[in-house]
Amino acid sequence: MSVVNTYNRIDQVFEEKEESILSVYYTAGFPALNDTVRIAEYLEKAGADFIEIGMPFSDPLADGPTIQDSSTQALHNGMSLKLLFEQLRDVRQSVSLPMILMGYMNPVMQFGVENFCQHCQQVGVDALILPDLPMQEYLNEYKELFESYGLYNIFLITPQTSEARIRLIDEHSHGFIYMVSSASITGAKSNITEEQLAYFDRIRAMKLKNPTLIGFGISNYETFSHACSYANGAIIGSAFIKVLQESNDLEKSITQFITSVKGADHR
Amino acid sequence: MAAVTELQKTFYHVDENGYYGKFGGAYIPEMLYPNVEELKENYLKIMYSPDFQQEFHKLLKDYVGRPTPLYLASRLSEKFGASIYLKREDLCHTGAHKVNNTIGQVLLARRLNKKRIIAETGAGQHGVATATICALMGMPCKVFMGAVDMQRQKPNVERMRILGAEVIPANSGSKTLKDATNEALRHWINNPVDSHYVIGSVVGPHPYPDMVARFQAVVSAEIRQQLKEETGTEKPDYVVACVGGGSNAAGAYYHFLEDTEVKLIAVEAAGMGVHSGKSAATTALGKIGIIHSSKTLLMQTDDGQITEPHSISAGLDYPGIGPLHAHLYDTGRGTFYSITDDEAMEAGILLSRMEGIIPAIESAHAIAVLHQMELKSDDVVVVSLSGRGDKDLETYIRWGKY
Repeated sequence: MSVVNTYNRIDQVFEEKEESILSVYYTAGFPALNDTVRIAEYLEKAGADFIEIGMPFSDPLADGPTIQDSSTQALHNGMSLKLLFEQLRDVRQSVSLPMILMGYMNPVMQFGVENFCQHCQQVGVDALILPDLPMQEYLNEYKELFESYGLYNIFLITPQTSEARIRLIDEHSHGFIYMVSSASITGAKSNITEEQLAYFDRIRAMKLKNPTLIGFGISNYETFSHACSYANGAIIGSAFIKVLQESNDLEKSITQFITSVKGADHR
Repeated sequence: MAAVTELQKTFYHVDENGYYGKFGGAYIPEMLYPNVEELKENYLKIMYSPDFQQEFHKLLKDYVGRPTPLYLASRLSEKFGASIYLKREDLCHTGAHKVNNTIGQVLLARRLNKKRIIAETGAGQHGVATATICALMGMPCKVFMGAVDMQRQKPNVERMRILGAEVIPANSGSKTLKDATNEALRHWINNPVDSHYVIGSVVGPHPYPDMVARFQAVVSAEIRQQLKEETGTEKPDYVVACVGGGSNAAGAYYHFLEDTEVKLIAVEAAGMGVHSGKSAATTALGKIGIIHSSKTLLMQTDDGQITEPHSISAGLDYPGIGPLHAHLYDTGRGTFYSITDDEAMEAGILLSRMEGIIPAIESAHAIAVLHQMELKSDDVVVVSLSGRGDKDLETYIRWGKY
């Protein structure tokens, strides 16, 4: 296995803190075109640990209606990859959290994969989540390229992923593994079922070398803290998009939401 | 027909990684990996097992009405100055070739112990074919259909409901076929264990393009045999078919792919004109990218957003083409033409008046291309008449020029 020689902010966070990592997803260019950077700044101030920025796509296969609608809105607002990199040009002057870009392969292919990686490195992106880039394709075509730009590729596992495949994914992962909480697309669900707990237990017992973050269906303090008792942290997406959608004051709404998810207001 | 139990190691067939040249593959999210892998591991084994073949071919014969005729259209032949044969897929039960594939996939799903069937549909033809076979097999069936298409294709929505299927509107994105396909894939992600997703064309992640092509390959197997009986030779000079996703074309070409002396003619929908902004001519307008988990040619913006195509025929109204066809285009094995809405409608009337056959508007595109081909008097041309025009009566009436 080749060694990634670039400093990566994700590793640094895990060195300092191994539990209750909160990663927050939002769509670039939503609710308004130029909200991308200020949302990242508010998230950092509010106490999130990782920032995941969605690159909007017309046909987001793995996403539920909340995230797809936000993508549609962002595209309507005029969002594009080119514009996203312009918006993020100076983001590292005000945001120091690990930054992850999440999106689908087709826009990345049209941008040019190497060009994309170069831009990611320039603006300070730490990792990529590309749900429709399968592991084998990544290993054959893109691994060396991503690594040469210091980009971690984050893999997903699901309740249906076999143990052998999870081991393989663990072997090829850097940063963390994204544990999809149930057989599902993204979107907030009300609670965590017995079946999911059995799956969380099974993964915990595998003692993977990479940290795990649980995503899909995490929406509030209860689901977040529950997930954190089984993994190194959790990812919130759709629930946060809803907050953005309904907000009249982004800074205030984001601070309130992050504070309540982390349970600071429960102590 | 020779049973092919392994992947053929040939230039025009899919390779072991699911590619036709540089097109194909399975760009699926991890959530779909177990389902697609299960299918990939089993589809050839199951579909070439003797009991499957027996059941499949018996249904094709007794239920669908196969073999469909290969009909020498004599007046049309006279007009175009060549021997024009029509492969009459329009005479299949449910009105088009689509049913060949749905029977195959539903039988396959049963052998994989799947209890539920899901499908996407654009105009409703694949949805009706799937609902029909699910009724026949007593399996619950959910069909995803764009909300806009449900408005445009009400009779087919009701046909599916009469057959007992649940029709679920796709309200995301542009609310048409591509969104219905997204919704069906999402439903499959959410119900991975007991459901099988019947894709209606040679699109989607490997092994779908190959599997659907093999189920449709019965069309070219029959053409070879029938042409031999008619003319003494199995190989025509041309095989002509319309291409949306490309399932009828894949079926009509399949057993001729390696016979390079047989010219393969693919007809795309130009809509209101290739450069009108209202077109579905994917090879003319598309670039390589990923749509519905397959690397292929697709219509998209410079930024990689998939665009909405236009064709008067709903069955050709898809922004991509199957990876096999992208490969045929890329290698020059296939010759691609495009036909406008008006040219197709005129050809539909022409076939109605000269042969007494009202074609589906999709198939009318394949007739219209005869005007553009330079045919010689001894040429033998087989046109895939993929569907009948009953479903398009409204469109013919609205067009009105007859």
